[in-house]
Amino acid sequence: MRIKRREFLKGAAALGAGMSVGLPHIWLKNEGLARAAGGEIKVGVLFSLTGTTAIIEESLNKATILAIEEINAAGGINGMKIVPIVEDPASDPATFAEKARKLVLGDKCVSVFGSYTSASRKAVLPVFEKRNNLYWYPTLYEGRECSKNVIYTGAVPNQQQDEFIPWLINNFGTRFYLIGSNYIYPKEENNYCKKLLQKYGAEVVNEEYVPLGHSEFSSVINKFRSTKPNVIFSTVVGDSVVALHRQYRAAGLDPEKMPMASLTTSENEIAAMGGDAAAGHFTSAPYFMVHKSPENEKFVAAYKARWGQDKVTHFVSEPSYFQVYLFKQAVEKLAPSDITPPTIREAVKGEEMIAPQGRVRIERENLHTWLWPKIARAKPNGQFEVLVESSEWIKPVPYAAYPNQVCTESGLKQT
Amino acid sequence: MEFVLQQFFTGLSIASILLLVALGLSIIYGAMGVINLAHGEFVMLGAYTAWALQKFVGLNLLPSLVVIFFVVAILGWIMERGVIRFLYERPLDTILATWGLGVIMQQAVRLAVGGELRYVEMPSVLSHSTSFLGVELSVYRIFIFAVVTALFALTWYLMQRTSIGMKLRAVIQNRDMAACFGINADRIYGLTFAYGAGLAGLAGALVSPLKSVSPEMGTTYVVDAFMVVVLGGVESLLGTVASAVLLGELTGAIAYVQNDTVAKSLALLAIVVLIRFRPQGLFVSKVRA
Repeated sequence: MRIKRREFLKGAAALGAGMSVGLPHIWLKNEGLARAAGGEIKVGVLFSLTGTTAIIEESLNKATILAIEEINAAGGINGMKIVPIVEDPASDPATFAEKARKLVLGDKCVSVFGSYTSASRKAVLPVFEKRNNLYWYPTLYEGRECSKNVIYTGAVPNQQQDEFIPWLINNFGTRFYLIGSNYIYPKEENNYCKKLLQKYGAEVVNEEYVPLGHSEFSSVINKFRSTKPNVIFSTVVGDSVVALHRQYRAAGLDPEKMPMASLTTSENEIAAMGGDAAAGHFTSAPYFMVHKSPENEKFVAAYKARWGQDKVTHFVSEPSYFQVYLFKQAVEKLAPSDITPPTIREAVKGEEMIAPQGRVRIERENLHTWLWPKIARAKPNGQFEVLVESSEWIKPVPYAAYPNQVCTESGLKQT
Repeated sequence: MEFVLQQFFTGLSIASILLLVALGLSIIYGAMGVINLAHGEFVMLGAYTAWALQKFVGLNLLPSLVVIFFVVAILGWIMERGVIRFLYERPLDTILATWGLGVIMQQAVRLAVGGELRYVEMPSVLSHSTSFLGVELSVYRIFIFAVVTALFALTWYLMQRTSIGMKLRAVIQNRDMAACFGINADRIYGLTFAYGAGLAGLAGALVSPLKSVSPEMGTTYVVDAFMVVVLGGVESLLGTVASAVLLGELTGAIAYVQNDTVAKSLALLAIVVLIRFRPQGLFVSKVRA
């Protein structure tokens, strides 16, 4: 059948009129918001299962799914089930943005749990801010972000470094060699580290960045030899961590005299480099698998039972797990007809729970999390030995390196 | 003085890893003219075979090297017989096909054993360091240097002094003419490709205790390998050695005075400039064609 132009126009006009009358909600503000309906709470799970960072993001996906399954098995949230929609963004920031749009607009998820790298978080940020949705980000990161649409459950520089740096100076000396991968996270961490070093009268003997994925550290090790630092402060990430530790050991350097102090070496990386290469080096983080608490024993046992006895939990998978419980606590406070991203955000402010690492709280002002930093030394068996535990939880200060900027509830303030 | 020596040895050590990875490619690309983008995946498969032998059979790295060579060589042979031999006249299609095969191998490994980084233990006899001319050196890196020297000598001997090498050189010069003289060109190509793949597998197994093992590890090695082979001059084994040493010393030295990011970009820039004025690479093997 041929459609005549006149009839087509008539039909289109009628359809347009019908839509404006029959579906008025598209004209009302806020009605386009994602919301829970039909006894189901849809959430997105956005961790890469393929590509370069899949190595670590797979474990974040597993921790998130575990928490969702546990909550559903215990009856869900006020009788409603959490329905996870898993997408694979393939370690590519552009794909992250595309999948985030699909989860927010297509599936109408009320929250999305996702991202490991800062690049992928920055890529999805516009989607969540424009649609006023909520993103839950479990990774430790460089700070300097103040979004109303992200809940940050990982550590920021002040939480990992405030106790670590003076401790290193007291135990090993004042000469620091800063080495990191060449992107924003190590540079911001080192930025804050240099401020602390200056404050305590320590010096930087060299600051150096290697390309992402770099695996040939001979020249770097020669420089360790010639500059003789007391501490090597490392923010190298991914498989470069493994190469650096192994080549350090093969070159015959001694962790007793020149230890590496890292913010990024977890049980996961140690499993890949072998306990011998990691032994004697230090890491500062809010969570270690060996941490002794009933909540952590339960978490580790459940994780192994669900995903395999050889699996490890680490300082990014733990926040991936507890942030789903914080989500549950927030949603529990809401009426079933009122579960939308903005109401969840308001409900989660100031919310507390006992996570595997200890009691955590979402800071009302900046939506980051109060955490319990710990300093630990790696042992040859692939686990850590916790040497120092923070005596109190540490407030998150995402702009710690920028004293004239403060993240507040109404946004970033210049002072 | 001691420091110059230290830096010289560092350069040699980087060069030996470059050469190790490039040697297989210099056979496959240099001699046979196949642009094999799956070369990095042979390196990766070698590393994974080393890991599997260690984990499931309990075999130490040193004895497993022989097994690894044959496992990856057989895979290479299957790939040549199954796909590449149909594409000898179509270089563009070869690029696409080998790249596709590379992706398939990556994902197959990921599906079979998972995406996490794997751990290959360094043989304990080689895991310490030693002092040589007042310079502290890793025994394992010296070992890699020795193995590469031996593999290079073996490859050179195979190519120049054995009948199979002579036949290969004949087939490369003129396939039809060689066939007229009774040389089974198909068989020669299959075996050569398998040998190149096997070398790549050995490279993967040997670097795995120094670096990390993951399904994507091949991607960085394939770039390095092409860099070395193209710079040295295609069809020239000696050129491959010279360019590996040159690149190793150059990047090592620049990385020492500057950093690795600068070293990598300057090395690539130098290659671009050199290829512009000397497209045939540093060395050309003289052939009467």
